[in-house]
Amino acid sequence: MKQTEGMTLIVKTVTRISVWMILLYGLYIILHGHISPGGGFAGGVIIALAFLNVMLAYGRGFIKRWVNIGFLHDIESSSAALFLAIGILGMAVGGGFLANFISHGKLFHLISAGTIPILNIVIAAKVSMGLFVVVWTLAIFHLDKGGKKE
Amino acid sequence: MIVYILCFALFLVGIYGALTKRDLIKIILSIGIMGYAVNLMFILFAYKTDAKFAILIKEGINTNMVDPLPQALILTSIVIELGITALLVTLAIRLFEKYKTFDITKIRRLSG
Amino acid sequence: MILPFLIIIPLLAAFLITLISGDKDNWAIVLSILAVISLLTLSIFSFFTTGNETFVYEMSGWKIPLTICLVQDAFSTFMLVIVNLIALTSLMFSVSYIKHYSGTWKYYALFMLMITGMNGVIATGDIFNLFVFMEIALFSAYALVAFGGKAEEYEAAFKYAIMGSISSTLILMGIGVLYATTSTLTMANIAAILPTKDPRIMYWVGAIFLAGFGLKSAVMPFHAWLPDAHSSAPAPISAMLSGVLIKALGIYVIIRFFFNVLGAPPIFLTLFMILGSISIIVASYLALGQWDLKRLLAYSSISQIGFILLGLGIGTKLAILGAVFHIFNHAIFKSLLFFNSGAVEMALGTRDLRKMGNLKDALPVTSATSMIASLSVAGLPPFNGFFSKLIIIIAAVQASHVGYAIIAVIGSLLTLVYFMKVQRYGFRGENKIEKPEIQISLGMKSAMVILAAFCIGASILIIPGIREVTLDPVVSVIMNKTGYIYEVLGR
Repeated sequence: MKQTEGMTLIVKTVTRISVWMILLYGLYIILHGHISPGGGFAGGVIIALAFLNVMLAYGRGFIKRWVNIGFLHDIESSSAALFLAIGILGMAVGGGFLANFISHGKLFHLISAGTIPILNIVIAAKVSMGLFVVVWTLAIFHLDKGGKKE
Repeated sequence: MIVYILCFALFLVGIYGALTKRDLIKIILSIGIMGYAVNLMFILFAYKTDAKFAILIKEGINTNMVDPLPQALILTSIVIELGITALLVTLAIRLFEKYKTFDITKIRRLSG
Repeated sequence: MILPFLIIIPLLAAFLITLISGDKDNWAIVLSILAVISLLTLSIFSFFTTGNETFVYEMSGWKIPLTICLVQDAFSTFMLVIVNLIALTSLMFSVSYIKHYSGTWKYYALFMLMITGMNGVIATGDIFNLFVFMEIALFSAYALVAFGGKAEEYEAAFKYAIMGSISSTLILMGIGVLYATTSTLTMANIAAILPTKDPRIMYWVGAIFLAGFGLKSAVMPFHAWLPDAHSSAPAPISAMLSGVLIKALGIYVIIRFFFNVLGAPPIFLTLFMILGSISIIVASYLALGQWDLKRLLAYSSISQIGFILLGLGIGTKLAILGAVFHIFNHAIFKSLLFFNSGAVEMALGTRDLRKMGNLKDALPVTSATSMIASLSVAGLPPFNGFFSKLIIIIAAVQASHVGYAIIAVIGSLLTLVYFMKVQRYGFRGENKIEKPEIQISLGMKSAMVILAAFCIGASILIIPGIREVTLDPVVSVIMNKTGYIYEVLGR
């Protein structure tokens, strides 16, 4: 049958299986940012690529029906404000802006190193949502219709 | 020594592209190449001969690691390059919408 | 300790504006005005209570060679007062100027990010941190130049963005070479370690930084982006760009690096004098032939930056006093002139000098303040421009650089000529202009009147009693390299 939007049936089926693995891999890199290389920015880019994979395979109309872009925009700006709030909290407890005020824990454990895993998650939220919203805004800009957005 | 000369040659390729190409997208790509060359130069400055990677592992390599500070500087620099590329591509799309061409010799309404 | 708050307050305001604003921008205006008023209060308070002492703030509680430090001494407090004052008047002007654009909360968020970047550049003591804040301020400037949506604005923003990113890549290369030589990033530590290394590295890094930061501050061989960018931006953004951005990102970092870190080597001072004099003469000639008001003001900015660079290059105490005072004066009267051009453009709809005429009855506040600002730039006695240019010329003669003094005098005469052209064609011309239907609002008028009052009143900074409090600590901080190292590292 004729496809109306997006790519072929093979791409859609493979994307339905593989996008969860991409999300899982990104989450692994974010959460292990203080033990192995990676961290907030690299994991955030991978999660943004997972969303982008869905957008490329299923088309812009699918994303517009099922994803609320305003909600992603709110996640992005509130996580940026949350980063500053953690920094100010460090200054209020004592020891300077962005001080590491939670206990450091044992070496090589998943929950250790103070505020660093929390900041990794916050940064990943901002980067992934920001990157996806930027590419989405570029994608819905119709050049051939004289620059009108949909 | 030869690695530094090659890294500088990559930087010169980027500058050549930014100065002589007439297409907007090629200028943006050349600026990206210049950014890659400077990032590579930072990593080359951080290398010590016969040193191990700078990650703590449980079996304990605790001396003679490569310098980890330039690697953190590179992460910041890559994020800045991402931002500037996104901004330049958006400007290129808007310029194509207004001027109907990507040729910079025809985008010259402001002069004098 | 106020130093982290100078960066936290505008950054928090920018993120909250993005979070709260929907279609209307009332909350954006309230948040941004609150943020800038609190910043101005903090900087004036710190200027008057802690004038001579140096404060160092280490981030995250680590000690100096391992962390980013924020340094506040007399010079950075002086620049902070200038930046926040111009930011407040620009925000007052833009509340009603921006209303006919769309998506205005984005303007306020980008404006707050630009103030964050500039405050960060002035307050920091770590060289990579300076690069990061400089990039934050520049991204907001690239986006704000293209805010209007016309074709020329996109072209000017693209030109500015390409040239800015080439120079930023050069600066990053210079930072890499400095790190490889001294293995530290704190500027005071670099100043202590660099004399023990090969002197050729100092010349190489100095040349790279002069090219990189020279493009940010628009000295003559690197000026080509400025006329397009400053004439295409909206008027309050042109005032911010031309009044404070090219000084906070360009001249401030050049002074900090060449005088406090490298210790003012004589070859660079000679280069400053040569580049400054080329800027003065060539930019004045190019400004004489312009008929577009904002383009003429942009070329005039290049010329006045040449004066500041000439004063820095002479290098004596009196010359640096003149240069620092000229930074303050130029910020005030150039912003006032750009506000006037914005008011004329909003009322009459044109920027061409041949179409403006006798504006004394149509726009009384605008033409009166533009007369005050033009007389200040040209350098007539009771206004502040006269004193700063006179000090630079006297210092040039005292250091036996008579040729450069003659060039500065010719530059002043050419400045007088083209500003008389602006007054004769633009504000006191022959066309009869009736009262426009778009009125200039109270916010715009009060911003212009405040800056005009500063134009007249800033001359008191030269009187010997007040000068010891305000300008002399700045000059002694600039000329004292060992004092800077001791204050930052010796605590």
